[in-house]
Amino acid sequence: MGSLDQLYQQVILDHYREKHGFGMREPGTGTRTAQSHQLNPLCGDEVTVRVALGRTGADDVVQDVSWVGDGCSISLASTSTLHDLVVGETTSEAGALVGAFRAMVRARGAAEPDEELLGDAAAFVGVGRHANRVKCAMLGWTAFEDALKRAVVDGQLSPGGSTVSDDEETA
Amino acid sequence: MDTLRSLAPAGEAAPVGEAAPFDDAELAVLRARFPVLRRTIGDHPLAYLDSAATAQRPVDVLDAERDYLERSNAAVHRGAHTLAEEATEAYEQARVAVAGFVGRADDELVWTRNATEGLNLVAFALSQYGTGGADAGDLTLRPGDEVVVTELEHHANLVPWQQACLRTGAHLRWIGLTDDGRLDETQLDDVITDRTKVLAFAHASNVLGTVLPVERLVERARAVGALTVLDACQSVPHLDVNLVDLDVDLAVFSAHKMLGPTGIGALAGRREILDALPPVLTGGSMVEVVTMESSTFRPPPQRFEAGTPPVSQAVAWHRAVEVLDDLGMDRVAAHEHALTERLLAGVTKIPGVRVLGPETATDRVGAVSVVVDGVHPHDVGQVLDAAGVAVRVGHHCAQPVHRRYGATASTRASVYLYTAPSEVDAFLEALAGVRAYFGRR
Repeated sequence: MGSLDQLYQQVILDHYREKHGFGMREPGTGTRTAQSHQLNPLCGDEVTVRVALGRTGADDVVQDVSWVGDGCSISLASTSTLHDLVVGETTSEAGALVGAFRAMVRARGAAEPDEELLGDAAAFVGVGRHANRVKCAMLGWTAFEDALKRAVVDGQLSPGGSTVSDDEETA
Repeated sequence: MDTLRSLAPAGEAAPVGEAAPFDDAELAVLRARFPVLRRTIGDHPLAYLDSAATAQRPVDVLDAERDYLERSNAAVHRGAHTLAEEATEAYEQARVAVAGFVGRADDELVWTRNATEGLNLVAFALSQYGTGGADAGDLTLRPGDEVVVTELEHHANLVPWQQACLRTGAHLRWIGLTDDGRLDETQLDDVITDRTKVLAFAHASNVLGTVLPVERLVERARAVGALTVLDACQSVPHLDVNLVDLDVDLAVFSAHKMLGPTGIGALAGRREILDALPPVLTGGSMVEVVTMESSTFRPPPQRFEAGTPPVSQAVAWHRAVEVLDDLGMDRVAAHEHALTERLLAGVTKIPGVRVLGPETATDRVGAVSVVVDGVHPHDVGQVLDAAGVAVRVGHHCAQPVHRRYGATASTRASVYLYTAPSEVDAFLEALAGVRAYFGRR
């Protein structure tokens, strides 16, 4: 299963089993939030990503990425690595990461992944050799990119002392 | 005509009868006619188990199309030159052959782009107040009328009816399914009523493999005066189907699922029904007299064939039905029945694998869809591909039937006349390793 192991690297299977940032969270006080739902109509996979932006000095910073989804190992694991990568980054840095990830998975397997930059997400380089799976890998990232744009433009400002949702209270 | 056995309703002998599956020697000769089956995927021989999506083509069919193009290619039904005459002859002989394959006369078969277009043609023809059809009762859908389908339909036999209902004010209803993947026949009398104008249903499910009880459905439709439309895409390639014996008004099927080319399908129906329908696509080739003000239309089938037709595809399809006839559809059905039993016996033994549809091969074609517990179908398909096994993953253009059985998608293995038992075994072996692959590490 040589080619298979190139696609399903251990780190991908790990993220698939333990999805980082999974579950929708209420935005923290003073953050601006937006979310995006992305669906792959060909297979029914779907991911919803919520972005909460905070302010650090002059920069908008990704304070949290919470998400839910239903899909294959590639789509869910890639969203998990996205979470690890972009939380704490400025909006411009996060945008650059999305661009780097997209370029890597669209390179038909020819890319030399920048592990320094992409961390665990570099493991998805093998997806590029499977044209039908590129959309899977991009699903959560596309949702994040869309949610980020919305949060910047007209994100919901979370009022001070925001109440926690029922889901969170019972969780 | 004793080969034109109608599909036995449930309970009677399955369409297998006394015919035998192909033995090893026959199968080897048969498979040698399909060049693509010699392919390898990585280190593995290809195990092509996706014929319900599209079938592979034998050299006979490939050669027939090429021979036509190299010798007689021309525009049909026009021109007085030799090639034009040969092309027209080949094209119309193909119509005779494909129509005859399902028990219809040549003027009862309309070429379409595919089966989907055939169903849309009918749905549009029934939902417009167009002119050009003969008066054969009022077939046009109107507010208060009902269209009945089943819950296992391919989107191609569901969405066109949803749209037709939106256009006309008719109401869409459907017959549900039992937990074991059969049509819930207890609903027939409640759902199919005097208000039912059209009953449209699949002969065999592309997901569940279930063969529907055509006889009883048609009987009920006749009793209430409803038009019957059969989606025969998954039956005509695999079973001995005679549309006259089945007594359906209209039926569609597709060349590329029965050894033929893509780009051509057929709408086959009773002459008087086709004659009553108005044209849908209009333009060249389907008209009689055209003035600046108006036009008159040719009788079926040409009334529904506007524009340049798929001639070389028709010629290739002709050869495909000859190949099927030579093999004998009773033997094709017997071969696939044995493979279906092998598939079902195998998958039901694998822990964590659930079959969508009947777990027995009775009244069932060889499309077997499974859900692997905890592993997404895309991942299943990827693992199988690494073993050389080609299957379909996803919802197979039938979301409602997946929803009915609590799944959003599935992994489908489907067999055809050239499928070898060893390919089924390769699938079963690879499938048995899927959960371990995603769980062990």
